[in-house]
Amino acid sequence: MQIPRPYSGHKREQQRMSARTCLYTAHQEMGAKIVEFSGWDMPLHYGSQIKEHHCVRRDCAMFDVSHMTVVDIDGSDARSYLRYLLANDVAKITEPGQGLYSAMLNDQGGAVDDLIVYALPRGFRLVLNCATGDKDLAWMNEYAQGFQVALQERDDLAIIAVQGPQAIARVSSIVGQTTGDKINTLKPFTSIFTPSSQIDRDWQLARTGYTGEDGLEIILPSSDAETFWWQLYEAGVLPAGLAARDTLRLEAGLNLYGHEMDESVSPLRANMAWTIAWKDFERDFVGRSALLAACDEGPQDKLVGLLLTGRGVLRDGQTVYIAGCEQPGVITSGSFSPTLGYSIALARVPVEAGEWAEVMMRKKRETVRLLKPGFIRHGEQVFAAVANE
Amino acid sequence: MSDTPKELKYALTHEWTLDEGEGVVSVGITDFAQESLGDVVYIELPAVGDKVSAADEAGAIESVKAASDIFAPVSGEVIAINEDLEDSPEIINDSPYGDGWFFKLKMSDPSELKHLLSADEYIESTEEE
Repeated sequence: MQIPRPYSGHKREQQRMSARTCLYTAHQEMGAKIVEFSGWDMPLHYGSQIKEHHCVRRDCAMFDVSHMTVVDIDGSDARSYLRYLLANDVAKITEPGQGLYSAMLNDQGGAVDDLIVYALPRGFRLVLNCATGDKDLAWMNEYAQGFQVALQERDDLAIIAVQGPQAIARVSSIVGQTTGDKINTLKPFTSIFTPSSQIDRDWQLARTGYTGEDGLEIILPSSDAETFWWQLYEAGVLPAGLAARDTLRLEAGLNLYGHEMDESVSPLRANMAWTIAWKDFERDFVGRSALLAACDEGPQDKLVGLLLTGRGVLRDGQTVYIAGCEQPGVITSGSFSPTLGYSIALARVPVEAGEWAEVMMRKKRETVRLLKPGFIRHGEQVFAAVANE
Repeated sequence: MSDTPKELKYALTHEWTLDEGEGVVSVGITDFAQESLGDVVYIELPAVGDKVSAADEAGAIESVKAASDIFAPVSGEVIAINEDLEDSPEIINDSPYGDGWFFKLKMSDPSELKHLLSADEYIESTEEE
């Protein structure tokens, strides 16, 4: 057989030097298979990505996502700056801790990145993708000209995501009753800040995630992260790696930057129209005129989910053939769904595509079913089986 | 560190063979290979009675991450396949040299075994890869 790349895991010494999160030693002690991911040495899995996937769906597990980029924005113009920079409108978040999912667009309406912005007690916090971190910072600094804002990259922070039906209960059991009570009543996309033992070094606990399950993303000082990680482990929370994170987000139908969207793809083409805040006609934002023009033109393609109930695994980049359409579609993310036991994918296909298509697999064409992205939520299948299945 | 038992012979393409005597070998993939693939989700085996030549495609393996062909390390006739792998492909990850065997061949030319690698030679080949 042929050894797949790039995750073959040898020749480590010659690759140097990838960055490591403050949890690197803990990952090694927990038996992680470490891979290079966008300049970071990150855990791919700790033995079995499928077991880790099931663990999140049925119980809960923890992910180190400290490689993600955190930028705090302060200054008297912070609000007006972000109202211009982001396609969603930070005017919607008025209370500290509230979060908002948004794209950051270029002038052509393409996505520079997707992110979550939180209102802080003072200013705002952006959590951005790791792969795009440097580009994002350059972009944000460029647009900061003329605004009274200070951008601070918080590489002193770590992020631990605890995801799964038992996530809130497990975290509650170790953070003390006051915080525990607060996170039990947290609404999705909101967060709380709690003082830790050190003054001015607060933790942020947000009811967000990237798995389709309940859970928290906890932004905390790097110096606190390892102790907390082991406390979670002792409370019965097993670690999960990037591989499980990817199959979980794919089952949940969630986009991954660089796959479902990039600088050439607008949020309109990535099922993210809901993240574009048009209501305030007075508000200009980067990419607005390009999006309006695209709306007038109407969609050429759509982002859909694919099911392959036969054998084989759909892969990124495979061609999707639609009967009656000259233009084929393409798989943007394909993998195996551990929950369903067969392959699923996200694909961008011509807008005319109906319920069925064919995908050129490794050796033959296979029929796939098209449906709305989103296969599994809270452990349950969210699409209806077809009548003849 | 991957496990590479001394008593087996190896192909550069990451299949192992175990000489079971009377001209029969069992075939599977190495620990290094299963570890590189990650969780296996589908397996395609040859049919009993198939005749294969050394280095011929003799099946396929697909993990969450990647798909790959399986090659016959030596020539011969398939006399048994491991049917348990169909429903439980994870056996390959759990026990690549034991319960995770793929098929057995009745060799047509047992001298071909001489062309396969020893454990040390195989380890060396994976280090170069």
